Amino acid sequence: MIIRGDEPEQIRLIKKLYKPGNYFMQGNEALSYGALFAGCRFYAGYPITPSSEIAETMARELPKLGGYYLQMEDEIGSIAAMVGASWTGFKVMTATAGPGFSLMQENLGYAVMTETPLVLVDVQRSGPSTGQATKGAQGDFFQARWGTHGDHPIVALSPTSGQDAFWEVIRAFNIAERLRTPVVVLFDGVLAHTRELVKIPDVEEVEITYRKLPANEEEAKLPFGDPHGDGVPPMPLFGHGYFTHVTGSTHKENGLRDVYTPEVHDKLVRRIHRKIEQNRHVYEKYEEHFTDDAEILVVSWGVTARPALGAVLKAREEGIKAGLFVPKTVHPFPGERMRELGKKVRAVLVAEMNLGQMIIEVERYLNDDVLLKGVNKIGGVPLTVEEILREIRGVA
Amino acid sequence: MAKEIYSKYPLIKYLRKEALPTALCPGCGGGTVLNAFANAVDQLKIDPKDLVVVSGIGCSAWIASPYFLADTLHTTHGRAIAFATGVKVGLPDKKVVVISGDGDLASIGGNHLIHAARRNIDITVILVNNFIYGMTGGQVAPTTPFGAKTTTSPYRNIEHPLQISETVAAAGASYVARWTTAHVYQLIESIKKALQVKGFSLVEVISQCPVQFGRRNQMKEPAEMLRWYLKNSVPISKAKNMSPEELEGKFVIGEFVNRERPEFVTELNKLIDEVQEHFGLKGESDGV
Repeated sequence: MIIRGDEPEQIRLIKKLYKPGNYFMQGNEALSYGALFAGCRFYAGYPITPSSEIAETMARELPKLGGYYLQMEDEIGSIAAMVGASWTGFKVMTATAGPGFSLMQENLGYAVMTETPLVLVDVQRSGPSTGQATKGAQGDFFQARWGTHGDHPIVALSPTSGQDAFWEVIRAFNIAERLRTPVVVLFDGVLAHTRELVKIPDVEEVEITYRKLPANEEEAKLPFGDPHGDGVPPMPLFGHGYFTHVTGSTHKENGLRDVYTPEVHDKLVRRIHRKIEQNRHVYEKYEEHFTDDAEILVVSWGVTARPALGAVLKAREEGIKAGLFVPKTVHPFPGERMRELGKKVRAVLVAEMNLGQMIIEVERYLNDDVLLKGVNKIGGVPLTVEEILREIRGVA
Repeated sequence: MAKEIYSKYPLIKYLRKEALPTALCPGCGGGTVLNAFANAVDQLKIDPKDLVVVSGIGCSAWIASPYFLADTLHTTHGRAIAFATGVKVGLPDKKVVVISGDGDLASIGGNHLIHAARRNIDITVILVNNFIYGMTGGQVAPTTPFGAKTTTSPYRNIEHPLQISETVAAAGASYVARWTTAHVYQLIESIKKALQVKGFSLVEVISQCPVQFGRRNQMKEPAEMLRWYLKNSVPISKAKNMSPEELEGKFVIGEFVNRERPEFVTELNKLIDEVQEHFGLKGESDGV
């Protein structure tokens, strides 16, 4: 069994095609190159602003690497084809924006239930509905978490720049493969279209993870078991004679459907949650700036984390003890660290390009004596340093 | 009792024994379709290890998944062909087969069906058309005959049925045939052809649902439904000379299309070859 993109030949091709160095490129392009470095060799998608440059980059680059670009008839078909391809051993990705993300939700749940590794990039744009289709936003924080139905865990990352997108999408693939689960990347329209300096590394500096394959026939016969105790079953790929049965219905460890026994559902769904919970070290990531002595803490994510850092730096110049906390993995939320930081500060400002989404997560981890305030802006224009600084001064 | 029947069935080796007996209602045409498919696989001597069977949601989706002993992917409602597209790109040397119902493949999944035919991807679709939503309790379908009664068309169906085979043939499939469960030998031959064709192939099987469709339309016995199919089936060669009025309520059966067209995954791989050649990326060992 092979995971496509794993062969030494691929290293040779990447080395030949993408020379290490500094490039001036769009966030969407940087993210695409990250996916190629991570071993993505199958992309199925449907064009939608502001994500389309990802599809365009993949359509241009994948064939050079022997990979496949499929433009499907819609977003539902795109994620469906990804799941099919993932079961044949491909590392797979798609990119979309809000409305397309909505269409993919049912099959995102299918991927959770069938434990199919895939990477789904949502380049957030302004909504609801068609909203400002060409403008950036951060309104899909909860769509990533609760968009599909049922009890399910999800892992979602959010890069803060083009350079960050390159590395975060690699991390997304590594988490997806390691935990046999879909991973959402919450990018946004502003970063997607911003051109900036991106450093492309040597491919050999990139650490890459591949999914666990069954060690023997016995493991292959239990595609939804837990032989290693980490909650992550080895994945028997299609086409190798294991006669694997994969279904989104509640299934036993051997894959066969059993929707009548309460214990079977309980055991399966709890394990899928447990594998995400107990492997927090695999995906938890956040950035901190000046949090050691901060009295006022700004919490921000994605595109907004950048003006937030600017505002914190300026506040420091003015003698205000401000700090910044940036969750890079936004789901599951780094709640423990948030709780610790919340005990040390007297005010928390949550800056985001929406009317208040991550603030709901932050609030869960704060005591009542902390002043909590949202710094919110919608309309397709990102928050500025001045706007955030004004709020910091307001609580100083 | 069930065990005894199954142990005498010569094609039992193709079935996932731990999933038996099937959940299909007595008199359902699904068993005939499964039997025809198993016979086709057996006659062609296809190793089930070289098969991946994909299905969606509904009674007919159960026919080969979980019952057929191969790699099986049981997907979300309507999306089986899109899932199968990803499988085929990953495993171009395997036979990728979709078996599902009319509601699943032609209603919610209609878009994927016509686009897979347009792409001409090498997938075999066996579409079981029973004119009704069976599993959800007998609601009207896009294939329900004009005037028929269902739980959601209790007075009569005022919509015209979708002609699936004609639509898929027009969309560009390599092979399209339609039979009923009363034409078992022709059906097996068509499934065999469909499995061998390099390109998108569709075998539409008109199949009885005595429990949900027949019961509400004066045919509660399975045999009555089979007689209805036999009486109203018109071979395609004869249908060509009949007027739309004469064809009203008839089932046109036979091969609609059997032609060679460039196949999607082959073209995709050809393109990759050309691109790698163009950029001078071909090494000593081809990593693809």
